[in-house]
Amino acid sequence: MAINSQHIVIIGGGPAGLEAASCLGTAGYRVTVLEKEKQTGGKLLIWDKLFPEFRNSDKVLNHLSNGFKTNPPQILTNAEVVSVIPENGQHRINLRDGQAFQADTVLITTGFKLYNAEKKEEYGYQIYENVITSFDLEKQLKTGNPIRIEAGLTPRRIAFIHCVGSRDIKSGNIYCSRTCCITGVKQAIEIKRRLSDAEVFNFYMDLRMFGQNFEELYIEAQQKWGVTFIRGRVSEIAENKDNSLQLKAEDTLSGRPIKMSFDLVVLLAGMVPEPRTVEIGKSAGLEFTSGNFLAGLDSHISQNETNTPGIFIAGTCREPLSVAETLTDARAATVKMISWLRENETSHKKPLIKRDND
Amino acid sequence: MKDWGYSILKGRQIDFENNDFSIAEYITKHEPSFRWCIGCGSCTATCSAARLTDFNPRKLKLLIQRGEIKGLADEIAKCMLCGKCQLVCPRGINTRNVIQNIKRALNTCHAL
Repeated sequence: MAINSQHIVIIGGGPAGLEAASCLGTAGYRVTVLEKEKQTGGKLLIWDKLFPEFRNSDKVLNHLSNGFKTNPPQILTNAEVVSVIPENGQHRINLRDGQAFQADTVLITTGFKLYNAEKKEEYGYQIYENVITSFDLEKQLKTGNPIRIEAGLTPRRIAFIHCVGSRDIKSGNIYCSRTCCITGVKQAIEIKRRLSDAEVFNFYMDLRMFGQNFEELYIEAQQKWGVTFIRGRVSEIAENKDNSLQLKAEDTLSGRPIKMSFDLVVLLAGMVPEPRTVEIGKSAGLEFTSGNFLAGLDSHISQNETNTPGIFIAGTCREPLSVAETLTDARAATVKMISWLRENETSHKKPLIKRDND
Repeated sequence: MKDWGYSILKGRQIDFENNDFSIAEYITKHEPSFRWCIGCGSCTATCSAARLTDFNPRKLKLLIQRGEIKGLADEIAKCMLCGKCQLVCPRGINTRNVIQNIKRALNTCHAL
């Protein structure tokens, strides 16, 4: 296979980065993936099962690692990028350890960070032992061990709190993290599957079931699994003497305040940008959204292009997305990158692939 | 004599731990669609009784599920069983059977 001499650097080896690398590799481009962790896969490595069909995250990871049959990318792990600087029509990518790479075009796929639920002090994360996040629960589910609270007991009543760090001006994030609603429904069902006698309650402001089969899963949670949904944002959680948790909310549909006790509370923390994404974005002169994610050039027609020519963005570094949407977004970005490379190729960097109109 | 309200007021807070769920359990057992509700309120919007009185089938169902059943017998007597609520329900809840089971539950559970 003829390999194009033009060089593409992808920053971030999560789902978006790997999917884009396999598309660009198959199209004949020389690709380098820079991953800051010791292993590629991003947060899929933490996740146990994916909504809405409870597919094992391993299946998506396998798909991603099988995409490199033709023209595999060079993958560097423990490679933390600190800046991307335009240089002679190309881009210079600087790493924390002093290494540097030259690229004709750069794709940023640095993903998201989980909102730090400790900031919502009224919910007691890291203060009360039985308040955990959706990430903590997912790690526990992945072990396959029975669900237990800190004292080693089986929880009888469990609450999920939606919109923790999302749609909340006090936490600095006015945007919706989109995927937490369906994650709350998915994890509620997973608890009922393991603990059929447990009572599960989801406290929500709105339930945004935007994806294919999301609404169906919500109906299934109510009909088949008996999960109860209470509309109202939880105001505070306090710990009882026996380490159970007392929760206060307004049951807005009855217009009455409600007080309930729980053995375990799961906070559905939202998505925030990775701090290093902001660093990289600033070094490359990129623009940001109001939520401090990387901004696309146009919200309809060029979401993956940025205001710096040659730098592209995909996945959750630009807005909260599901795994499926992230993969679609990565593929979309590669089409735009290939077009850009073809339009900007210079005589000394002519592609080796013969095109009909050459 | 008129009750002047000098007694201690009962709080408005729903005290989930101490409430009575016998009616909710009875209805759910006999008409499982009782718990499919998403609180849209289309039943109340179309309800003939709601147009003339403060009867509110959406709220009634919710309060039963929260174990708040004081005055339930008087409330449910306002329903005329016309079944229009069942025609508009987007979740396909058998609302008429829910109402019938509320009445049966009141007789069976001797809650009130």
